[in-house]
Amino acid sequence: MRLCVLGAGAVGSAVVELAAEHGHAVTAFADSESAAVDADGLDADAVLSKKRDDGVVGEAPPEAVFDAAYDVLVEATPTTLGDAEPGFSHVERALADDRDVVLANKGPVAERYADLRALEAESEGTVRFGATVGGALPILSTIEDVGPSRVSAVYGVLNGTANFVLSRMAAEGLDYEHVLAEAQDLGVAEADPTFDVDGTDTALKGVIVANVLSDGETEFTLDDADVEGIQELSGSMLDLAQEDGQTIRLIVEVADGGVRVGPRLVPENGAVAPSGTENAVQIEADYCGRLGITGRGAGGPETASAVLTDVERLTD
Amino acid sequence: MSEVHNDVQAYTLRLELVDEPGELLRSLQPIAEHGGNLLSIFHERGNVTPRGYIPVEVDIEATPDRFDNIVEGLSDAGINVIQAGTERYSERLTIILSGHLIETDLSDTLTQIEATRNATVTDISLSAPAGSIDVSSARFQLAAASGATEEVLAAMREIADEKDLQLVEPLTVGGRA
Ligand SMILES: NC(=O)c1ccc[n+]([C@@H]2O[C@H](COP(=O)([O-])OP(=O)(O)OC[C@H]3O[C@@H](n4cnc5c(N)ncnc54)[C@H](OP(=O)(O)O)[C@@H]3O)[C@@H](O)[C@H]2O)c1
Repeated sequence: MRLCVLGAGAVGSAVVELAAEHGHAVTAFADSESAAVDADGLDADAVLSKKRDDGVVGEAPPEAVFDAAYDVLVEATPTTLGDAEPGFSHVERALADDRDVVLANKGPVAERYADLRALEAESEGTVRFGATVGGALPILSTIEDVGPSRVSAVYGVLNGTANFVLSRMAAEGLDYEHVLAEAQDLGVAEADPTFDVDGTDTALKGVIVANVLSDGETEFTLDDADVEGIQELSGSMLDLAQEDGQTIRLIVEVADGGVRVGPRLVPENGAVAPSGTENAVQIEADYCGRLGITGRGAGGPETASAVLTDVERLTD
Repeated sequence: MSEVHNDVQAYTLRLELVDEPGELLRSLQPIAEHGGNLLSIFHERGNVTPRGYIPVEVDIEATPDRFDNIVEGLSDAGINVIQAGTERYSERLTIILSGHLIETDLSDTLTQIEATRNATVTDISLSAPAGSIDVSSARFQLAAASGATEEVLAAMREIADEKDLQLVEPLTVGGRA
């Protein structure tokens, strides 16, 4: 497949780096200011080192990518709330041109699911977005395989940063501020970790799951989610939990047509109390009962691998 | 006849009595009247509920039909039945409350939880690291009536809201607590 990759951050760059390994060529690549286009496939090393050294991927303007020859648009620009731009317009353009789309960007799927599906219905192209929930973990593909209508609940941990902070607070008895600063030093938390710790990122993922489960019957957006963050938790609350064999994790619950995110008491060594930056979800479905998926949820290469898995699924 | 309903079971009744002479005896009458077999009485005389009642725990044996009549008879006699049944408080759940617990009157918080009727507090663990002026946290172990977990948690949310406390709930999705 010929890929057009939008976004040259952790995810977009990793897609460019790993594409060849998966048998795909990257024919167009853009960041917020520039683009590189080559119908025969870009040289990954060259374009990535240009981004590193010069801060741009090429000399062309970003819009140039849409005139390139490509089969699949990989959308890895920043997740934005509300209108989900610029991601949404990128997807719109690609679908109008009957291309397939694979999203890492959560915005269009969480905030404008119905619009997205409507555009897809009019296009020859298909939209996939497995990377948006749990990165490399096959959460959406498992729901797809089981059948969304058979799934009664999905719950667990879907944000590695919040989980890291809470597991450190529990292990060291330290307070939130202290551990967050440490996580930023380690590069686990971003300079602005607001969306990770206030529950927004987790909620977006929950909303995406809810949209998939409802299968177009009800559209969910962030506004429909009940969201609480972890900023107010103290080390002593985690101690109290621990004395009782429990711990506190930032949990998303998608069940009964609702999305709820907040700190919850869970068994200390239970299925939804992963350690460090891991994610862990449980999917409750007819016939299979409770399915658990645990592992590294995010990161550039992890998310890129999920993107490339989706690209492969397009050809099925 | 109703042979099938004849199996006798043990039940615990938790009553709250007004602190007046003769109240205990009065509360036992409906039990005898409706064919209950008294097993034991636990009368916590020194212990007065925040609302000024005396809690009494009565263990009896009766058939389910008769037990229903007993509970009805007690209510008709104006006696407060706090808990009635074999497995009334079968669900255990833990919550953590944090905030100005002391200033917002911890004992009133407890009373409010108890007043939800479908739950009773079985254990409290308080952690007040910097004295009572600061934020403190407490873990509450609750026993909730079977099937009432959601209702009890909703009541907890209300109490927390009203007192501006942070509530950490247990994960209960899919019926787990
Ligand atoms: N990182 C993860 O683990 C992970 C996991 C799952 C999903 N995601 C999602 O994947 C997306 C990318 O994540 P990331 O970590 O790679 O983000 P990032 O490091 O912040 O990179 C974002 C990239 O998008 C580019 N960009 C911004 N506006 C653009 C525009 N209008 N046209 C083209 N490119 C534009 C930026 O360009 P400049 O370089 O010029 O600033 C940057 O290269 C996000 O939506 C994120 O939520 C990430």
